[in-house]
Amino acid sequence: MKTASQTAPERTTESAPAVRRRTRVPGGPRALRTPGGLSLRLDLRALIVVVLLVVAALAASVVLIGTGDFPIPAGDVLKTLAGEGTVAQEFIVNDLRLPRVLVGLLVGAALGLGGAVFQAVSRNPLGSPDVLGLGQGATAGALVVIVLMSGSANQVAVGALVGGLVTGAAIYLLAWKRGVHGYRLVLVGIGVSAIATAVNGYLITKADLVDAARAVVWMTGSLDGRDWKQVWPLLWLCCLLVPLVLANARGLRMMEMGDDVSHALGVRVERVRLLLMVCAVLLTAAATAAAGPVAFVALTAPQLARRLTRSPGPNLVPALCMGAALLVTADWASQRLFGDGQLPVGVVTGVLGGVYLLWLLVTERRAGRI
Amino acid sequence: MSATTRVSHGLNNQRSTVNRLSAENVTLAYDQRVIAEQLSVEIPDNSFTVIVGPNACGKSTLLRALSRMLKPSEGRVLLDGQVIQSMPAKKVARTLGLLPQSSIAPDGITVADLVGRGRYPHQGILRQWSTEDERVVQESMAQTGVAELADRYVDELSGGQRQRVWIAMALAQQTPLLLLDEPTTYLDIQHQIDVLDLCAELHEEQGRTLVAVLHDLNHAARYATHLIALKGGEVIAQGAPNDVVTAGLVEEVFGLRCQVIDDPETGTPLVVPAARKARAGAKADVEKDAEKVAATEAF
Repeated sequence: MKTASQTAPERTTESAPAVRRRTRVPGGPRALRTPGGLSLRLDLRALIVVVLLVVAALAASVVLIGTGDFPIPAGDVLKTLAGEGTVAQEFIVNDLRLPRVLVGLLVGAALGLGGAVFQAVSRNPLGSPDVLGLGQGATAGALVVIVLMSGSANQVAVGALVGGLVTGAAIYLLAWKRGVHGYRLVLVGIGVSAIATAVNGYLITKADLVDAARAVVWMTGSLDGRDWKQVWPLLWLCCLLVPLVLANARGLRMMEMGDDVSHALGVRVERVRLLLMVCAVLLTAAATAAAGPVAFVALTAPQLARRLTRSPGPNLVPALCMGAALLVTADWASQRLFGDGQLPVGVVTGVLGGVYLLWLLVTERRAGRI
Repeated sequence: MSATTRVSHGLNNQRSTVNRLSAENVTLAYDQRVIAEQLSVEIPDNSFTVIVGPNACGKSTLLRALSRMLKPSEGRVLLDGQVIQSMPAKKVARTLGLLPQSSIAPDGITVADLVGRGRYPHQGILRQWSTEDERVVQESMAQTGVAELADRYVDELSGGQRQRVWIAMALAQQTPLLLLDEPTTYLDIQHQIDVLDLCAELHEEQGRTLVAVLHDLNHAARYATHLIALKGGEVIAQGAPNDVVTAGLVEEVFGLRCQVIDDPETGTPLVVPAARKARAGAKADVEKDAEKVAATEAF
């Protein structure tokens, strides 16, 4: 983000026009109008990006379903999904692998969208749930259930959800001072993240060996053994929250220009921000509850989507699709590239996302924004 | 034009005039820090009102209250006879625009796109970009002279150009009332005059009511049709610049000894600060004021 003319001392004058003139993005915003006075604004490039990402995510899903100890060619996977496979194929595809892939798609989508909302609200690419410690908070909730209560998988998920919500509320309250703003939110989040990490470390040292092993697997973020029981709650939550977030996307777009400008344009800034943050925390916490804290998808998906669409604005739908595509691809890579499906998906996203975070920090530093 | 001095006579429940925008006995405070108490201000319709005063006198705070950005802890701000806080946000945004001091141009946004965002209060989920929106955006860019920059990126423009783009965005909002918070800050003198000329044009040719906070008293005296001088959260004087700007008032409000002469170009009052030696006597006062300002700003 660039600060506006008023806040930044003027550097250039009219007599020395800027030489650096980037080429205009082809297919900027266009309008679709009906005779009845309805109109929709479409960004052609963003639309193409979304379509391509959806295709990529679905293609990766089909390949992923075919991957494993019992490989199935993509054609057979599609046939089975259409209900024309053999009994063995139907069992493997529909009962074992499809739910895992669906959880992957939903978790990726939820993380991508949640991350995009957080980054837009904080006006900072670092203001994403990974950096703010929502993942760690959800982990703390899950570990309390695993270690102190030896709870079932469902109870662990509830614990993670509660942990995420409590962390989100804590960050909001601590960072709130006449509105949540960029770096204050990030700094408070880093502090909260450190506290949650300490709690997690303490809980693991308290645990017996079996619980500790279970806790560590959970903490890495894995899609192993996910079945339909994880799919449904996540799907309903997404069906509720995604439209709610998208309905507020226009307000969020205005809020990119600062609280004062968006306020002047008639956006109820505090209300929209609170609503969107609650949605984003819920999405992130639900994703974490379903798959464990899958690292860095929420950080990278919105940024990658933005680089593809090259359009200002929160790019919510592209980020959502990017998250889904990223997570399914990372899950495929974790099974395929490292053999035997032993590597949890969180390790792959962690490595890739970590590299990306370093790159982001370096470029932000160079641009003088940190 | 409202050259007559209008002073609110402290009528609590009865409005003394029928102006569209006014503040009645408002107390303005950030958390516990009170900026102004029992402040009443009328913005005369169709005026170019300029608010002046020393640093930390509450100019910007008053503007924030008038644009419902800051809720008065007491008293009320009225827009078209209604308490501004009780009105729907978008309805206010179609009547009253604000160009704030701090605004952020999103990364990689073009001029046309930024100006188009000013149409937000006229849009809805099913009415995202009408032909009317398109027309108003073109018109606003033409009026502010940025039409040929439409496809350029905002972050590659000069400060003066950028300010024009932001003004174009506020114009696209199509509000009869437009509030500007220090629109000339950080601009060199040529672009300061440029922006003020543009404001005068909007006022004279389109009949919009403008309210601006300005630092430069001479600019205020030259461009304003109605001047409000604030000090310590109180209105010290208001009215036409010719009536209001006197050596006595400048000394009272700014603590500066000066002469007021006729502007050779426009005949409006021109403030000429007294030479350093002549001001030596007043120096102690000024220093005391400066300390006070520093203390409040450090807060």
